[in-house]
Amino acid sequence: MTDIGAEAEFDPMETFAAESRAKRNKTLALSSIPFAVLIWWILTQMSLEAFFSQILNGLSFGAVLFFLASGFTLIFGLMRITNLAHGGFYLVGGYLGITTVRATGSFWLAILVSALSIMVLGLFTERVLLRPIRGLAQPEVLLTIGLTFILGDLALAVWGGDPMPIPKPSWLNGALRVGDFAYPRYRLFVIACAILMGVFLFWIEKKTRWGAMVRAGVDDREMVAALGVNIKAVFTGAFMFGAFLAGFAGVIGGAFLTLLPGQDFEILLFALAVVIIGGLGSLKGAMLGVVIVGLIDSFGKALVPELSFFTLFAPMAIILMVRPQGLLGKLS
Amino acid sequence: MMLSIEGLSCSYGTAAIIEDLHLEVNAGEVLSVLGRNGMGKTTMVSAIAGIRPPEVRRGSITFADRELTTMASFEVARLGIGLVPQGRHVFGSLTVVENLNVTARPPTSGAEPWTLERVFDFFPRLAERSTSFARNLSGGEQQMLAIGRALMTNPSLLLMDEPSEGLAPIVLGAIRDRLLEIKGRDLSILLVEQNLGLALSLADRIAIMGAHGQIVWTGTPDELRRDEEAKKNHLGV
Repeated sequence: MTDIGAEAEFDPMETFAAESRAKRNKTLALSSIPFAVLIWWILTQMSLEAFFSQILNGLSFGAVLFFLASGFTLIFGLMRITNLAHGGFYLVGGYLGITTVRATGSFWLAILVSALSIMVLGLFTERVLLRPIRGLAQPEVLLTIGLTFILGDLALAVWGGDPMPIPKPSWLNGALRVGDFAYPRYRLFVIACAILMGVFLFWIEKKTRWGAMVRAGVDDREMVAALGVNIKAVFTGAFMFGAFLAGFAGVIGGAFLTLLPGQDFEILLFALAVVIIGGLGSLKGAMLGVVIVGLIDSFGKALVPELSFFTLFAPMAIILMVRPQGLLGKLS
Repeated sequence: MMLSIEGLSCSYGTAAIIEDLHLEVNAGEVLSVLGRNGMGKTTMVSAIAGIRPPEVRRGSITFADRELTTMASFEVARLGIGLVPQGRHVFGSLTVVENLNVTARPPTSGAEPWTLERVFDFFPRLAERSTSFARNLSGGEQQMLAIGRALMTNPSLLLMDEPSEGLAPIVLGAIRDRLLEIKGRDLSILLVEQNLGLALSLADRIAIMGAHGQIVWTGTPDELRRDEEAKKNHLGV
């Protein structure tokens, strides 16, 4: 009995994995050369303080994107639904946050109310709107983008078209100073939130039974169901969790990006860039993607503002040409 | 009687695959359904387990007095049917331990429960590979994992679809020996196979499926060994 399976002593998959690791390391080493040149060029264009400010700007914007992209990628990985309503969830979440802060004065309550409300909206979207067209990619895309239009118009009717900031707690206002270097406290807070959330999500994914169930569902949905898991309930839970994160992002992000009509599509576009670059369905990919997109966006806008969309989407196009599945995505 | 299929007719679209199938699995027995390719064996498994189920036109499938044909696959599994699917379908990006734990359920009856330790005692090879990703396992190891994973749901009926497919004879022999140990004890097995040898050595009873999913021969393994005509006509051996 102990002999059985002994043919695996030489495991061709392991050899293959080692080879592809070596190949990837070589590619990384080669691609770091133009990267170093780029950083050197950027440093000739701005002071060191400005350079660090831009890095933090990029990371704080990336942090907001992370809340959106992680939910988006979870929903896609598990259900193969491209949920384009995510931008609408973000915008309405932000506006609900404003209303809550105005009514109660509490920023923290606003986060909670928005995230939970959008979670309920997610439940409605998944159970009532999406379930009848499950598995039909085109209707799903059209329905979710239509939902973003509807949410955007409703928001315009309720909250008007003027840009609105979300009032923050006073201890998060102002700048944190380290020597001569000063940086807005709130943006540092957002970066810290995203890192904590990233660690938390990673822990759920790798260490809990829920995470294992989601990963198993990404591998083979039918088989998970055939072994007794109510996969539709898992789908609903994942969709609600993604919506929860989007509502959360609306308040967190709305407090420094300012809410206005059209932001739903803009933020959706960035979130899409993140998950496409990082690899659809991959949490690690989303983490990597938000850093890349955040930094490209921040430095692009600072250095060549007239080309800010080009500087973001040209690298995306190149990455897709080299790795159609994204940097950390799996080929299906 | 554990599982009972009565007058089952089912189809995918307009293609009728199974017409008027009758089959029964008794408690504690190993029933092997043999048959050539394309006779409807896997369709029968799909109809029982509810994965990509065919459209059921007539008839019924009952298990523990419950009608299965209208149930979702997860409900079927929770009644106590453990599926070992054709092609194994282990979760490639999960480790061996995660594969075993992710869908594990406590037993519903008083049977000795299957735990991680018991599965590892049963298939020591899996214990050695416990932290490997399932996609890096050999075919034989993946088959053990698929069986172990089904056992961890603590089923009263193990539904196995072509477990011998693509396995080296020595690996298959070892898996057969393990299955011989657990058969009968609180566990019935419905083994759907093309491999005559596995069916003969494992089954208490054999049914041969002919065209349109009809059972054309039933008997014990000994009877089938002696019945050259049945083997020639229905199995082509």
